[in-house]
Amino acid sequence: MPLVYAGVASHAPGITGRAELADPEPRDAFYAAYQAMRDAIEATEPDALVIVAAEHFANFFMNNMPSFAVGMADSYTGPIEDPEWLGIDKFEAPGNRDLSQRLITEVMNTVDVAYAEEWKFDHGIAVPLHFLTPRFDLPVIPININCQGPPLAPLPRAWALGEALRRAADAVPERIALVGTGGISHWPATPDSGKINEEWDREFLRRWCDGDRESLLDYDDQAVYAEAGQGGFEIRTFITVSGAAAGAQGEVHFYHPIPIFAVGCTVASYRL
Amino acid sequence: MSLYYVQKFLYELNRDENLQSAYHQDRLAAVTPYQLTEEEIGALTGPDIGLLYHLGVNGQILMHFAALHQIAWADYLQLMRDGIEEHGPVREGVYAMTGYEGTDAHAQRLQSHPPQPNDQE
Ligand SMILES: [Fe+2]
Repeated sequence: MPLVYAGVASHAPGITGRAELADPEPRDAFYAAYQAMRDAIEATEPDALVIVAAEHFANFFMNNMPSFAVGMADSYTGPIEDPEWLGIDKFEAPGNRDLSQRLITEVMNTVDVAYAEEWKFDHGIAVPLHFLTPRFDLPVIPININCQGPPLAPLPRAWALGEALRRAADAVPERIALVGTGGISHWPATPDSGKINEEWDREFLRRWCDGDRESLLDYDDQAVYAEAGQGGFEIRTFITVSGAAAGAQGEVHFYHPIPIFAVGCTVASYRL
Repeated sequence: MSLYYVQKFLYELNRDENLQSAYHQDRLAAVTPYQLTEEEIGALTGPDIGLLYHLGVNGQILMHFAALHQIAWADYLQLMRDGIEEHGPVREGVYAMTGYEGTDAHAQRLQSHPPQPNDQE
């Protein structure tokens, strides 16, 4: 089936872990936007949620770092962080090994991905799931893009991964919802935590909504690092969703910098 | 200088509750199997969050190590700032890519030079 949903949202651990420290007004508006995203996804009656995330050395490390990895298990656990620190209780999320295998097999015709039969979700996936499928009743297929330990896959490869995912979704009978999750500009977990380059974010989101390959790929990691921090490397996850949406028009449902969450909090989707 | 092994220890510590209790019981014994310098061993057993940041440890690993030591978020950020103040810019790893200029200077530069479309500086 063609993709039934394609969107992006933030995943910073402060969103749940430091909730009580945030200004309630933008925080609650952001949570409401996340809730609306959940409603929109549920309305498409998906069989699985493919979540393109940027994890943070929870499962993948520099001893054997895949550029791209796809989960291939019937269930996953999380969060790997201290539940109290993250504000999310321990959970088990359902997967779908068979569907994973079929998607991976198709994707690999054009993009080499690693697969993982074991995966402990960190905040990069646990935070979105907390909002999007809080009862953990929708099978999840996690995908990771290395955005932490350079060398990183070049942006055109993130786009190509999105194209491959679209093709793979088209080829299976299941209804697939796709969500990418990452920060835009941010300096997470560093002395600069809380800094957010709103102008840079809005320009990136403008390009994202256009879904235009050329302008989205016209970033370079050195410039991204200078203007948007190392957290900006996570634009790869957004770009993968753009590649999968193949020129659809996007819409930003929510954007607001919330410094204690260390990121410009974002909810956006494509009109497929 | 073995940033890789410092981070590997922290990565394994984050994942492994047995290693966490071993570390709590005897910090030095827990880090001994890793190929570390005296400076790195001191930073990991102290713990010295500021020095670990200066050495180049990624914050995504370091913040969990701070949480393991019950260090509050604001204190964690301050310890890193103090580490830069005391030891100088980050030595290695992703944060050394363009040099670390400090939070205030960086904020000022971003303000005085807002990013342009196609900015490839
Ligand atoms: Fe992240």
